[in-house]
Amino acid sequence: MSTVVVSASGGGSFVPPGPASFDLPPVIAGVTKPMMLVLLSAIIIVGFLMLTSRRAAVVPGRWQYAGEMAYGFVRNGIARDVIGGTEYLKFVPFFVAMFFFVLVNNLFATIPVVQFPTFSHAGYAYALAIISWIVYNTVGIRKHGFLGYLKHSTIPSGVPVAIYPLIIPMEFASNIIFRPITLALRLFANMFAGHLLIMLFALGAEFLLIEASGLIAKPAGVLTFAFGIAIAFLEILVQVLQAYVFTFLTAMYIAGALAEEH
Amino acid sequence: MTLIAAEEQLNPLVPHPSEMILGGVVFLIILFMVWKFVTPRFEKAYADRTAAIEGGLKEAAEAQDKAKAALDEYTQKLAEARHEAARIREKATEQGAAIIAELRAEAQAEARRIVDQAQTQIEAERQQVLAQLRTEIGDLSIQLADRIVGEVLDDEVRQRRIVERFLAELEEQEPVGEVR
Repeated sequence: MSTVVVSASGGGSFVPPGPASFDLPPVIAGVTKPMMLVLLSAIIIVGFLMLTSRRAAVVPGRWQYAGEMAYGFVRNGIARDVIGGTEYLKFVPFFVAMFFFVLVNNLFATIPVVQFPTFSHAGYAYALAIISWIVYNTVGIRKHGFLGYLKHSTIPSGVPVAIYPLIIPMEFASNIIFRPITLALRLFANMFAGHLLIMLFALGAEFLLIEASGLIAKPAGVLTFAFGIAIAFLEILVQVLQAYVFTFLTAMYIAGALAEEH
Repeated sequence: MTLIAAEEQLNPLVPHPSEMILGGVVFLIILFMVWKFVTPRFEKAYADRTAAIEGGLKEAAEAQDKAKAALDEYTQKLAEARHEAARIREKATEQGAAIIAELRAEAQAEARRIVDQAQTQIEAERQQVLAQLRTEIGDLSIQLADRIVGEVLDDEVRQRRIVERFLAELEEQEPVGEVR
């Protein structure tokens, strides 16, 4: 830290945010903020979709139209485009629930007062990835049988028998083991890093503007603040994108498990 | 060093089991609500809409078919009517020509008949006149002969006078000899 230019006047030195910043104390009786947020997200999602779908009229009103837009985005943009055929309709509720569950919890990171991404706690991401893993494997096993599915997901068609010893462990690891891990880590790490970044900019700007003294402390603080806002907008994009990617990849895995041949 | 120690304790990759359970349960609740209520409703709305649109299209197609059928019928009837009109006109022309020809023939026959009649009449009258003349001339000749015979024709003057008187009487009698 360049103490020559910027030095703490208030006696405190700058403490950068770290993993500890995510470990918030329980609000009441062991209930933590992410726990409340995850419940709030359920209320928002179920409430919105239930209210907008209530009438299910042929000519939609404004709210129904909004609900249909949201529902139709996942139904047509993910389920139908990735899985297609006639089978995709079975999975629509799953993708709708998954997409909006991730989306709302991610957007919590930007909504004032709430300002915390639920999935920056790895447990939620793991839970969702495990559900995704169970679903796509179950779908594959029901379609091809247990051994058939194992063969289906470990032996790509057209591969010579000679390299089976090499390809089978690789494919197994890639398709069965790493998929849920990467799925969970991608979501968690994005939310974690994004929130950390915004905290860093916010706390840094606060420190520079209020506590630090020095020639460039104040301009640097303003600049940091401005960057923080820009990063916050970037984060909104990332939040939406991660919700889409998580659901899209799950759809891809299900489509792969359902496919007749690779 | 304490910070690093804290970080090791708070490895963000290590989950709280309670959070995993809560996250899973909440997701499953959302999934259940969407599966049970939201999807059936929206799919019903989609299906109704599709049905309404297809119904509308079907109705429109039916209406179009009907209109086309009606148009075909009218066109056909119009063609028939034209054909009929042409046929009638042709017939009328034929009939007209026939009537004219007939009338002409009749008129010619009539004219011929009149001419014949007139000629016959003329001939008859001529015969009648001839007959009358013949009788009158006979009578007159007899009268004249009587006179001539009755009176002595010694005198030329007297003779001439008789002839003149005869002629004068003849002139007076003329109207009697006129035809009709």
